[in-house]
Amino acid sequence: MVDIIIAFLYLSLLMYLLFGGADFGAGIIEFFTSDAKKDRTRLLTYQAIGPIWEANHMWLIITIVILFVGFPKVYSTVSIFLHIPVSLLLLGIIARGTAFIFRHYDPDQGKFQPLYNLIFVYSSFLSPLFLGILAGTIISGRIDLEAASFPEAYLFPWLAFFPISVGLFTVAICGYLAAVFLIGEAQTHEDQMLFRKKAIRMNVLTVVAGALVFLAATLEGIPLLAGMLDHPITILALVLASISLPLTWKYLRENFHMRARILVGFQVSMILFALFYSIHPAFMVFKNSVLILKDAAAGPATMNSLGIALLVGSVFILPSLFYLIYSFQKKPFQPLAKK
Amino acid sequence: MDDLLAARSQMALSLGFHIIFACIGMIMPFFMAISHYIYLKTGKEAYKKLTVAWSKGVAIFFVTGAVSGTMLSFELGLLWPKFMEEAGPIFGMPFSLEGTAFFIEAIALGFFLYGWGKFHPWFHWFTGVVVGVSGLASGILVVAANAWMNAPTGFDIIDGVYTNIDPIAAMFNEAWFSQALHMTLAAFVATGFAVGGIHAWMIRKGKSKDIHIPALRISLTIGAVAAILMPLSGHHAAKDVAHRQPAKLAAMEAHFHTEERAALIIGGIPDEATQTVNYAIKIPGGLSYLIHGDFVTEVKGLEDIPQDEHPPVAITHYGFQIMVGIGMLLMLVGLIWLFGLWKKAPYLHAPWFLALLALLSPLGFIAVEAGWVVTEVGRQPWILYGIMRTADAVTPMPGIVYSFWLYVAVYLSLSLIVGALLAKQVKALDKETEQLSPKTS
Repeated sequence: MVDIIIAFLYLSLLMYLLFGGADFGAGIIEFFTSDAKKDRTRLLTYQAIGPIWEANHMWLIITIVILFVGFPKVYSTVSIFLHIPVSLLLLGIIARGTAFIFRHYDPDQGKFQPLYNLIFVYSSFLSPLFLGILAGTIISGRIDLEAASFPEAYLFPWLAFFPISVGLFTVAICGYLAAVFLIGEAQTHEDQMLFRKKAIRMNVLTVVAGALVFLAATLEGIPLLAGMLDHPITILALVLASISLPLTWKYLRENFHMRARILVGFQVSMILFALFYSIHPAFMVFKNSVLILKDAAAGPATMNSLGIALLVGSVFILPSLFYLIYSFQKKPFQPLAKK
Repeated sequence: MDDLLAARSQMALSLGFHIIFACIGMIMPFFMAISHYIYLKTGKEAYKKLTVAWSKGVAIFFVTGAVSGTMLSFELGLLWPKFMEEAGPIFGMPFSLEGTAFFIEAIALGFFLYGWGKFHPWFHWFTGVVVGVSGLASGILVVAANAWMNAPTGFDIIDGVYTNIDPIAAMFNEAWFSQALHMTLAAFVATGFAVGGIHAWMIRKGKSKDIHIPALRISLTIGAVAAILMPLSGHHAAKDVAHRQPAKLAAMEAHFHTEERAALIIGGIPDEATQTVNYAIKIPGGLSYLIHGDFVTEVKGLEDIPQDEHPPVAITHYGFQIMVGIGMLLMLVGLIWLFGLWKKAPYLHAPWFLALLALLSPLGFIAVEAGWVVTEVGRQPWILYGIMRTADAVTPMPGIVYSFWLYVAVYLSLSLIVGALLAKQVKALDKETEQLSPKTS
């Protein structure tokens, strides 16, 4: 049962990165859109993510519940040592969700809109940034469980080049996911071209930010690359992700939106996999020790009931979630004279 | 403010904020579904408009409830990591089920809000019902988790280690039923009176009656029925507390001295130093009767409970008085409302009655907040009753007071925005309906 729950943990993390990420990315795209096109982008974004965005963020709840029920040591350690970045992440999440809804449901479409938009865009940037910072800190070995002073315990672990580079990388990934997702939702040729341009830019940004992560790891002596090159399976993951990149561009050019989306999702999954597998079998790396998920698991009675709850929950959630996404899927715009 | 007090205040603030949005988010879908049902059956446009108007409210409240709930799932760890490390595996079962219920609610809401004209009308209606049912299930599950903190069970502590964990037994702890029933009814009362009060005010102001009258009838009738059932559930809950947490009961009743023929103390100002209550109405034997069913049997007072296990008496007592007082008042008004409906009495639409309903509209939520103060403050100094002290559970990270002020700022601004939005929505609804249909009155 522990293995099933670990699988659920990684799955919900991945789903959150993919779906929640694409959702955050919509705000990032809005940030990078010129003022002239902002209104149109906003409308399209709203139509595309309106019905599904809440559900996308439920993956975070599932992740948290799995952690505090099944792996309480992980939850409590993160809560204590990463209190500040977690709080900032929460601030981003609450500001973003409410601004998104408020700007739509304010019947008075004047005064407050600029403020809502500002909050939405910045919190769409901040939330994945801190999400990435958390992930970066957890694998970096910077948390010192015996730290004596306030900054050593609560600031320095995450306020450093490597975690921040992972944060920026996450932001870029979210933007990339959103751009590719929105191409398929676009209803005019012009919008389609707009998002395609964004997708390519975000892709370049992602690669640059990825390089930054490796640079930061090298500078701070974090054996990230060594960890990845250590296992043939992570090498394979990285190779597959790289090979699929030119193929994605080809599909984007030829208007195979679904295939492009799947490939981008695949790339992001491979990256997440490589990142976590690089510290395998550990889940968290501290300054002088590591935490292995299986060792941190709660007792069998808890794990059994959690596992059953997750399995039964999936039977209800997954079909209805797919039906929701399917129902509100826009017919992608297809240029008439193509090929 | 020290870190413990800051952490407790932040938790109280977050829960106090969340509970209002969670209640409305889980009850309004039912109002919405009733109105939607009438629309589908009769085809009356006014009911469709009402359904859409309410669904906008649901959307605003759901998202605010959802994000504040997300924050809470983190705050439990941010503020009380030592508690969560031990408790997570024990009382995690309701949370894991709640995750599913919450997820389904979000999916169903997506279908409902964006599904007008897209699906078969009855499928669309059904998704609205699912929002309500899964919301209610979420609420019950979370309250069951809270009940476990009052009635910890499903584990043994051997040499300081929590073992023999049975998550199912923990979920079905002794307090879960009485707390869940009480809270569910309270949510119906508070939301029914709050929504009804707003519509009553609109009727009084002469706004489009074809929408506001049905709105008032649906919401207040549900609220009234729940308000009448409330004292039964309250009585059950109080007896439960008396049996399980005598210190909490004694604080609720400001009952300092163990005695036979214990008096029921109504109102008053408890003085913990002198162990007396001033300016109170005392009904001799009343407390004995309420707890044990006769006027004689002894009721344990705070004097028999070690000083370092006393909850703050005054706050708990005031909270309890406010909750019960409001509960009684709303039950009375509920009876008047139902009687009026039955007799088709004209006073239901009399300006004074509508004004009264408008005046009462925030009271249900004040009672809900007061009730949670009783539950939570009354459990102190324990976070896990009789087992772990709140002071031992708080995070070692210093400076929680800054976090507290940050949350104050966030929740204050959110409350202001939601309030303003709601007012605007109500106004917009009137403008829209007045344009469509010439005034009938």
